Amino acid sequence: MGRPIGRGEEDESGDVLKGPRDRRAQAGGAPRRRAEGQGVRRSRFAPLLFVLLALAAFAEGARAGEIDEALDRLARGSFREKAAAVEQIGESGSPMVPRILSALLDSGIYFAPESGRVYLAAEEGREVRYADAITGEPAPDVDPAGLEKIIVNNRMRTDARATLARIRLGAADADERGAAVRSLMGDRSARTLELLRAAYVDERDRDVRDTLRVAIALSELDDADPDRRIAAIRELAGSLHGEAYNALTALAARSENGEGELVAVHAAARDAIAEIDRKRSVLALVETLFFGLSLGFVLVLAAIGLAITFGVMGVINMAHGELIMLGAYTTWGVQQLLPDAIEASIFIAIPSAFLVAGLVGIVIERCVVRFLYGRPLETLLATFGLSLVLQQAVRTLFSPLNRSVETPAWMSGQWVVNDALSLTYNRIFIIFFSIAVFGALVALLQGTRLGLQIRAVAQNRDMARAMGVRGAWIDAATFGLGSGVAGLAGVALSQLTNVGPNLGQAHIVDSFMVVVFGGVGNLWGTLVAGLGLGIANKFLEPYAGAVLAKIVVLVFIILFIQRRPRGLFPHKGRAAGAF
Amino acid sequence: MKGLLSSFRTRFARPLDAAVVGSLLALLVAVPILNLAVPEGSALHLDTFTVTLLGKYLCYAMLAVAVDLVWGYCGILSLGHGAFFALGGYAMGMYLMRQIGDRGVYGNPLLPDFMVFLDWDALPWYWWGFSSFPFAMAMVVVVPGLLALVFGWFAFRARVNGVYLSIITQALTYALLLAFFRNEMGFGGNNGLTDFKELLGFDLQSDTTRVALFCTTVAILLASYVACLAVVASRFGRVVVAIRDAEDRARFLGYRVEHFKLWIFVASAVLAGIAGALYVPQVGIINPGEFAPLGSIEVVIWVAIGGRGTIFGAIVGAVLVSFAKTWFTGLFPEVWLFVLGGLFVLGTLFLPNGVVGLLGRRAR
Repeated sequence: MGRPIGRGEEDESGDVLKGPRDRRAQAGGAPRRRAEGQGVRRSRFAPLLFVLLALAAFAEGARAGEIDEALDRLARGSFREKAAAVEQIGESGSPMVPRILSALLDSGIYFAPESGRVYLAAEEGREVRYADAITGEPAPDVDPAGLEKIIVNNRMRTDARATLARIRLGAADADERGAAVRSLMGDRSARTLELLRAAYVDERDRDVRDTLRVAIALSELDDADPDRRIAAIRELAGSLHGEAYNALTALAARSENGEGELVAVHAAARDAIAEIDRKRSVLALVETLFFGLSLGFVLVLAAIGLAITFGVMGVINMAHGELIMLGAYTTWGVQQLLPDAIEASIFIAIPSAFLVAGLVGIVIERCVVRFLYGRPLETLLATFGLSLVLQQAVRTLFSPLNRSVETPAWMSGQWVVNDALSLTYNRIFIIFFSIAVFGALVALLQGTRLGLQIRAVAQNRDMARAMGVRGAWIDAATFGLGSGVAGLAGVALSQLTNVGPNLGQAHIVDSFMVVVFGGVGNLWGTLVAGLGLGIANKFLEPYAGAVLAKIVVLVFIILFIQRRPRGLFPHKGRAAGAF
Repeated sequence: MKGLLSSFRTRFARPLDAAVVGSLLALLVAVPILNLAVPEGSALHLDTFTVTLLGKYLCYAMLAVAVDLVWGYCGILSLGHGAFFALGGYAMGMYLMRQIGDRGVYGNPLLPDFMVFLDWDALPWYWWGFSSFPFAMAMVVVVPGLLALVFGWFAFRARVNGVYLSIITQALTYALLLAFFRNEMGFGGNNGLTDFKELLGFDLQSDTTRVALFCTTVAILLASYVACLAVVASRFGRVVVAIRDAEDRARFLGYRVEHFKLWIFVASAVLAGIAGALYVPQVGIINPGEFAPLGSIEVVIWVAIGGRGTIFGAIVGAVLVSFAKTWFTGLFPEVWLFVLGGLFVLGTLFLPNGVVGLLGRRAR
């Protein structure tokens, strides 16, 4: 909130003052030192003042001038001058300050004696990229051979760290403040503690306050007063920060064989650790459950179209996986057509994928499957052939390489519940999407005229036709519906994995397992089976590894089918023996 | 339909059987002569590559016969016969690995290369005995047979039928695929077993060994062909066909349907295992890819194209489609999957009895 104001004034005052000397004359020393002093005590308010003062007074060029001088001292001066230079940089208020100080902390700051310029180095992969310390502009043609590393001592580091943290602690954005507090957690110096306590007084955001309390308690773990230490331990008992756990473990180890008051400290630390362990295991359970559910819903989504074609019609559609693939490619295609509207493209992709896959499904039904009704094994082979043709068609038309579908911004990232648990948005989206698709399908089958006719044909084709239902038309519609739902599954999968010609094959065996396990012809069975298998898979994974977990699940299903050949929820009644 | 099939069988089966047996015998005589006796520059010379390729086709043919035995005669559509084939292949591969001895890259006299690479210090128990050829050959038969026995016993007793059985056989081979990909399984993981040196002391790279392997393949194919004909024509075989056509009726007549199914399934698995064992020394590698569900389904299409319910149909189909695959993937790799897919679709739609059925219809 301070930023926009500051920026506006900066623009207005852009041409007021130019020369570095002027700026130093006006801005140096007293007023800003006061601002800094307040910063320690009122971290939240101070930066605002600070920014206002600094930005109102100096132009961009002017500030660069001050930094220029400070950097020069940093590069050439004695250690004492250097330390002063660090302080000066911290006070300059330039937007480059955090970058300069971080580079200093990482020993990534260089001086070019010839030009007198200072560069910041950042490693990107194996390459080192340089940027000008004053402007922040990348300097690609700087010669590393002509650079001298600026030597930094520990006092400067401490200063730099504190200044950096102070700047960040005063940020307008609560997340940034939280991050600053977290970055300070490893540092238990008295100075930091003071800084944190001051920040705590001003902080209004609840999450940041919680983080601050943990950080303060962490620092107080080293307090000379045992009561205070125990109080700090109690404070940390419920905390999920990795730093807290490490500190408590270290403390417990340190105080293990102690006497007197240390015994109480040790006991408190051990209790706190046990408490954290308990919390963590509950959260781990929640996380596994979430992963299981999201995998389960992916399975359900992939299998539910099959549940219609296989379950309701009795048609084995081995090309089902390729219809999923077509849906995924449609998502990709829509994004290619609308490169500027990635956010919205998914909402266009959903109906288009349904239509594309559904139409291909109807063509398959009309051209191949309808000649093979009542011959399930032949249907299986013919649709398998179709799946090969579709795969190769995609390979020839697009490329054998994987395509990556961009995830809209609102779906990327994760919902951080706390430090031990965060849930990715795309998986949350898929869970809700699957529920919506499932609900829509059930509503369609139970509540509409088309659904009624589909069920009627599935139960007794001749009788349905005698009542005036157009059997052939319903067959095509049912197959198209199942295929369209496969297309929808493709949209969802495109958000999780790369889109390639083999996408479908990877899911076909799983999908059949889900349908058969749940009981053919039963949408609810498919739901239960998919979720059950997904969760079982994820719970097995920590013990058995991903591959072995999958094998165990497959073997379980093979054995299960032999016990109950008709699945979890078998069809009852006359139609049961139909296939 | 049934009438057509039976009349066709009485009138054409024997001559066609004779033709297949005759051409196999001809191969048995001609190939060694053309490869070894005819000098290399001659137009009639058959190079070793082609001999090995033919040998590979005939292994496929044997696998197709195995699938035909259960699908064509008993109506069990197995989409997992590649698993039995690969298990037989692995048993042979393990023997060949042990034959390498200390000639591996790491020169370890006790352990195959991949185990040295994984830092294992002892041979896992399931590798014991594979230095012995008779033991390995016994395993070629026993391992696939035992798996089929256990799997079939559960499946047929529970009356898992039709597409359900197809799907769980597919799951079986898929599970094995995943398992064999794991390095911890001790079968070479992703790379499988390869770099074989010799079989029974004969160098696997030499022409003579290759031709001998080819001749063994032809001989075993012939033997299994004759054995299958005998089985199919026997009382047992007729009950099996009856089960295919009307399972419930056969059961009500007092036959223990599950026993018949189980034995034909086990016999077929053993045959597939032998085919795999013959395949591995000729191609020089066995890896988990052989377990891929796609491979098993391809076998089914060989049988469907050739004509199911006739042993020679399976052989003809396997050789024809494999030859087409070699030809297409060599010349137009892009087109091959279209062709294979087209074969599946057109084959099932228009050639319910395969190429052999076409011959029969025209003759009538």
